[in-house]
Amino acid sequence: MIETPVLERVLSEALRNGGDFAEVFAEDRSNSSALLDDKRVEELASGRERGAGIRVVSGETTGFAHTADLSEAGLLRAAEAASAVARGGGGGTRTVAVGPSGPSPAGRGDRPTPRSGSKADALELLERADEAARASGSGISQVQAGFGTSTRRVLIANSDGLLAGDEQARTRFSVSCVALGDTGMQTGYETAARTLGFELFDEVSVEELARTAASQALAKLSARPAPSGELPVVLAGGSGGILFHEACGHGLEADHIVKNASVYAGKVGQQVASSLVTLVDDGTVGSEWGTFGVDDEGRPAQRNVLIEDGILTDYLWDYLRARKEGRVSSGNGRRQSYRDLPMVRMTNTFLLPGDADADEIVAQTPRGVYVAKLGGGQVNTTTGDFVFGTTMAYLIEDGVITEPLRDANLIGNGPEILQRIDAVATDFSMTPGTCGKDGQSVPVGCGQATMRLTGVTIGGTAE
Amino acid sequence: MSATTEETRSDGAGTDELLALAGRVAGWARTGEEVEVYVARGTETEVRAYEGEVESLTSATSAGIGIRVVTDHRLGFAWAGSLDESVLEETLGEARDNAAFATADEHVGLAVPDGVPAVAVDLWDDRLAGIPTADKIQLALDLEARTRAADPRIRQVDSADYGDVSAEAALVSTTGIRSSSRKTSGYLSVSVIAGEGDSSQTGGGFSVGRGFDGLDPDRAMGDAVSRAVRLLGATKGPSGRSTVVFDRRMATALLSIVSSALSGEAVAKGRSFFAGRVGEQVGHPGLTLVDDPTDPRAYGAAAYDAEGLACRRNALIEGGVLRGFLYDTVSASRAGVASTGSAVRGGYAGTPGPGCRALTLAPGPEGYDEDGVLAAVGEGLFVQSLTGLHSGVNPISGDFSVGAEGLMIRGGKLAEPVREITVASTLQRMLLSLEAVGADVEWLPGIAAGQTLAIGDMQISGA
Repeated sequence: MIETPVLERVLSEALRNGGDFAEVFAEDRSNSSALLDDKRVEELASGRERGAGIRVVSGETTGFAHTADLSEAGLLRAAEAASAVARGGGGGTRTVAVGPSGPSPAGRGDRPTPRSGSKADALELLERADEAARASGSGISQVQAGFGTSTRRVLIANSDGLLAGDEQARTRFSVSCVALGDTGMQTGYETAARTLGFELFDEVSVEELARTAASQALAKLSARPAPSGELPVVLAGGSGGILFHEACGHGLEADHIVKNASVYAGKVGQQVASSLVTLVDDGTVGSEWGTFGVDDEGRPAQRNVLIEDGILTDYLWDYLRARKEGRVSSGNGRRQSYRDLPMVRMTNTFLLPGDADADEIVAQTPRGVYVAKLGGGQVNTTTGDFVFGTTMAYLIEDGVITEPLRDANLIGNGPEILQRIDAVATDFSMTPGTCGKDGQSVPVGCGQATMRLTGVTIGGTAE
Repeated sequence: MSATTEETRSDGAGTDELLALAGRVAGWARTGEEVEVYVARGTETEVRAYEGEVESLTSATSAGIGIRVVTDHRLGFAWAGSLDESVLEETLGEARDNAAFATADEHVGLAVPDGVPAVAVDLWDDRLAGIPTADKIQLALDLEARTRAADPRIRQVDSADYGDVSAEAALVSTTGIRSSSRKTSGYLSVSVIAGEGDSSQTGGGFSVGRGFDGLDPDRAMGDAVSRAVRLLGATKGPSGRSTVVFDRRMATALLSIVSSALSGEAVAKGRSFFAGRVGEQVGHPGLTLVDDPTDPRAYGAAAYDAEGLACRRNALIEGGVLRGFLYDTVSASRAGVASTGSAVRGGYAGTPGPGCRALTLAPGPEGYDEDGVLAAVGEGLFVQSLTGLHSGVNPISGDFSVGAEGLMIRGGKLAEPVREITVASTLQRMLLSLEAVGADVEWLPGIAAGQTLAIGDMQISGA
């Protein structure tokens, strides 16, 4: 994308007024998507953007400028703008040399080249999904199927001499259904997303996704209002991982920790969860949605154990927060695009499986709620209060899953809820999601095995 | 940075240049092809202060193009994050290629001029371009310092931000559309952590304007501090049925959610609980809802919609009776009506669709400010923050369940603080159970005005 000597000159320019650190992050991203809605292929879209973000760190201050102009002149202008914060410090000329360390700056390492599919291939998948969803039941009144694929090449060089790159191909497919019945409309949604190209569809059946989405919408037509109040909750494997993402994942991000804006600040070495909890954040897992080669600061993805047997072992770090503490980044510096400053972000965050049997956990729950699918959540890291919403849930009566429930949020406090995990099964799976923080969205994975919480407040309408 | 401010000339020459560019690209249309070209350009500055220092200073420019091509009623779209000569033709070619794959649909086409004159709304503050960066930095530092000193219980000012944006856009189509717009905006926002004993609570405040002048740090600070401090000592509130008073900020969020069911596209595709109900009583007789982007006080005010038609006032609900929906060109054609000039788009990378810009409710009686509504309600729950609006509200089924923080209302006044509770109902029932609408209209950021709202018969889940 940018020649090494140009990167070196731009970094030197960025440090012309002084400063401790300078970085060029360049990105070239192309997207294409297709949407089938109301039985019609409504929109095929393609997009392309390229640009670079340049940051200069001087003391406690970061200067940042971005540009879509990747010529040397464009980069030098951005470097000058970013360096404006470093007035007064040092000055003079500083020569910067960068070179590859560790992963190949070309990107993909030993990962296979992602396969691309044609527009016609994508449309065929959409039509197959639409057909499968509509064939699931006469109650299905509307189907939308979406396909999206992107290739993102990044190149990072900094004044510590780092030169790294990565190429990230991501593909997703989603189906959302509306079912219409006497009680009104209900919805179902299912998505598959991986850090892969078209080979996603070697692993995922779009018909199966469509049938799952349709069956959720149809099941909820006869759903009764969710209960109001505290009950035991069994979370099915996969999307239940959102609980950990919200209940503690965000609170373990070092930017919140260094500002003392997390309930987990100062708790390393302490018991923060039930001893059944071992929580890992790992950007290297297979082709999961939150997987990458190097993070957006050029640091290779790695596996980080955050909580081990209930004891808090570490936080998640990016370059800036790690530097403050005299340590290295944990490979969690990510950004939405070249237009954004990196922040501490999760990758694939999951609870390691336990040894209970998933069916047994349900059978041993006299009364409660079984959450087959969670849709999303939100947390206040300072108080630890968080919500997570069900998109498919059932009552458990006498140890048996019975009637479907209408959508509701569940609410809890992170440190309290983590102590209430009393069973974790073996049936581990992962689910993709989009995590939003301070206006930036990044792809993440969540995972866990079926597990039980002894009590959570369920925000339904049934007294 | 100086280079970027020069580009944003105050005499409108910037938009003339964009119009010329869009017109030139639209001129490349082939016979039998309709082409719409949207080009946009912007500059932004963002300053974050922390502990008396500039934590980050961002300065940037961005530009892009989005092209829609319609051939034989098939739509294709492509965009690029650049206005470089080299990408223009490529983007048009991609859009053209995408169109070939879409389903032919008689209702698909571009907007044609409808003779409705645009109401001029002045959204541009010439002075913004002349404000030195140093002044912007100083304003953020002042905001941080004053907030820190505002109350002994403020433990942390997580972030104190100044930001501004200047944006220009132009739209030209082969169907006779030619429009341009420009807009400046500025904001201050601050987020705090208050603490007392073991209790920590958070609060945020902001001030927005069309530029630098008029931003009010006291307003932002006062809101953030009082919101955090009054929640100190909050406990999990009691369960039960109650009237809930939503403060102005939360009311904006609620109206935004309801608005998605008023989209003519959602109605046509069977995704709105309002479908087929025009002329019916869908809300309390005191509920009158209007979308009027020609009101220059509205944050979302605009002269032209995203397809270049004049924005206009549209009455949606009057006296609780549903009057109609909002349409763009395609959804209007499908419904057999004319566009209501309500197309919105998420920048150059998005395609237009119908949406609201400036919703307001007909205000309640004089004296119905927040205190007036609280006095009228007497007993209930006052909500100042909601979480999980994305995970617990389903605008298709109408199911509504969200996390809430606020204060109990006793004897018509705010009483003890509560947290970790949910409030639940359905959107349909909430519209019918409207008990009071504030006369305290405040144009907050977003697509709806802030007005204190009281809604009866909601289920609270807590302790």
